[in-house]
Amino acid sequence: MDIVLFLIFGTIAVVAAINVVVQTHPISSAVSLIGVMGSLAVLYLLLGAEFIAAAQVIVYAGAVMVLFIFVIMLLNAGAEVKRGRSLVVQLLGAPLLIALLGLLAYFVERVFPQSVKVHFGGFTGGSAQAVGRALFTTYLLPFEVTSLLILIAILGAIVLGRKELD
Amino acid sequence: MTEVPISWFLALSAILFALGVAGFLFRRSIITVFMSIELMLNAVNLSFVTFSYQYKQVSGHLFTFFVMVVAAAEAAVGLAIILTVFKNRATLNIDDVDSMKN
Amino acid sequence: MDSFIVITLIKLAVIAAVLLTAVAYLQWVERKVIAHIQVRPGPYRVGPHGLLQPLADVVKLVTKEGLLPSYVNRPLYLFAPFIAVTMALLSIAVIPFGPTIHVAGYDTWMQLTDLNIGVLFVLAVSSMGVYGIALAGWASNNKYSLLGGLRSSAQMISYELPMALAIASPLLVSNTLSLRELVGSQAGSILSWNIIRGGQIFAFIIFIIAAFAETNRIPFDLPEAENELVAGFHTEYSSMAFASFFMAEYLNMVTVSAMATLLFLGGWEAPWPAQYGSSLVPSAIFAIAGLVALYHGANPPHKLDRYTFSAFGAVFLLIAGVFLLPMVQSWLLPLFWFLAKTGLILFAFMWIRGTLPRFRYDQLMGFAWKFLFPVAMLNLLVTSFVVAWIS
Repeated sequence: MDIVLFLIFGTIAVVAAINVVVQTHPISSAVSLIGVMGSLAVLYLLLGAEFIAAAQVIVYAGAVMVLFIFVIMLLNAGAEVKRGRSLVVQLLGAPLLIALLGLLAYFVERVFPQSVKVHFGGFTGGSAQAVGRALFTTYLLPFEVTSLLILIAILGAIVLGRKELD
Repeated sequence: MTEVPISWFLALSAILFALGVAGFLFRRSIITVFMSIELMLNAVNLSFVTFSYQYKQVSGHLFTFFVMVVAAAEAAVGLAIILTVFKNRATLNIDDVDSMKN
Repeated sequence: MDSFIVITLIKLAVIAAVLLTAVAYLQWVERKVIAHIQVRPGPYRVGPHGLLQPLADVVKLVTKEGLLPSYVNRPLYLFAPFIAVTMALLSIAVIPFGPTIHVAGYDTWMQLTDLNIGVLFVLAVSSMGVYGIALAGWASNNKYSLLGGLRSSAQMISYELPMALAIASPLLVSNTLSLRELVGSQAGSILSWNIIRGGQIFAFIIFIIAAFAETNRIPFDLPEAENELVAGFHTEYSSMAFASFFMAEYLNMVTVSAMATLLFLGGWEAPWPAQYGSSLVPSAIFAIAGLVALYHGANPPHKLDRYTFSAFGAVFLLIAGVFLLPMVQSWLLPLFWFLAKTGLILFAFMWIRGTLPRFRYDQLMGFAWKFLFPVAMLNLLVTSFVVAWIS
């Protein structure tokens, strides 16, 4: 059952990721990226990370991608115009990429042995209580620093997006 | 075999990361480049959570949380920069933003 | 394992059937309420007192010509109403309607599934519901739709922040994210509901205001107002796709009312304990309604009402009798209280729709960022101080 879920959502993630890279119009890439994030959220649930799965959908798929889609709609970004590419790149590009991916996957399999298996319910320490406890005790300093970071990002975004005073 | 070997999750993370790198290097529209960066960050998140499962600790989830926060902040500022570039150059193609080239 | 799957499928079928009928009749209730606020009868001719009006509307919407304009972005145009309805229905999956019931030897919850991150799941699904509207506005290739879609999605994500903070405050008091345990922590009487003992009256008000904006209801419905933007983001949609946006709006209303009930008003708990007679309240209400209907049936304002009011009176008295049976009281009473509280909040939605004018868009956004968000943060701060002080 778990392996079926992994295969389905892993395939959806890979197909959507290929779609992100391949599609010419930015909005199709954005919708495919939302699909990647959704299937990754399911994979996080399989790995017992329930809070991170919910945070992925709320923050990433539900806020960051909405921001992307806003900007694409506001700028009326059109489909990308293909400039000329040399024939060598076009012929060798995809096979080389697949070879790189295959090599990566093979080495990952070699280095990490198959002893640890993932099944739903194998890790129960990913609840909101556990994450909250760790966040406010062990990782308090990074937490405060990231809140400062967000404040700086807000200020930067507002200054950059402001109309010129002239 | 109803359980998934953990190396499969890591292989998936590597594949998504490689696809993100491919999108980053080969696409010309600035928004698609930015989305490939988000794809790379998501792949890294998956590997963090996988290692957290392997070592049965919650620290991996915390790192994922911080990566998400930083990615959100970066998305906000990056999109503001994209809007400014569009306002000044009227193009979203990164090959055309080359006025400092000789 | 097998019985779990079968029970879940049965619950799914029951909830889906009841929910879709309820959404159709919610529209009838809304039209009647707004009509009576405006001193007119509302739907009256189709069936007794317009009760078959939803059926007529469904038939009309299904048989209408489904236009697919040639200039739209076809995949996204067809995908958007699907997202809107799916996300609206998905959040109902974790809403508990009552405590455990025993049916034919099996114990089961009156809920499809109880996640221990139930509140986060509802928040996540409502965040995803923004896409239905944004993509519909963009895919329609029409400046009015684009403007309506952008405004609506900006409004929805702006009001998600005060809503999340207003949700976080009773969570601090109840100390759980699971919706079932949330109701369990408010057990007792009205004095232990989160709105009174938890002191979350301000959080309740903030949540209701943010809920109005999240579901695009008046006074926050500028993005779909007819006299402002043609019809906003659903201008180019007809027939079943338009019906699905409509259904998604009513389902979102039901979800936020149910969430308000669970978070603040104690879920399915009765206002005072059963030994003081709160189990007789539903029977009393239905009996009074039945007697009033019979009285109006005796001296009817219109000739046909002699039969319809008498029939309703008999039905209400029958329901009052059913509430007295001890066999069904264990699950019917909590269900009644949950539906009564949710129904009150839904009635408030419709009441405000008939009463208030709508906000202008800059007023709406200014209200969210300059007033509601700081107030929600202040509420969360005060709640956390009080909770830390007490424990």
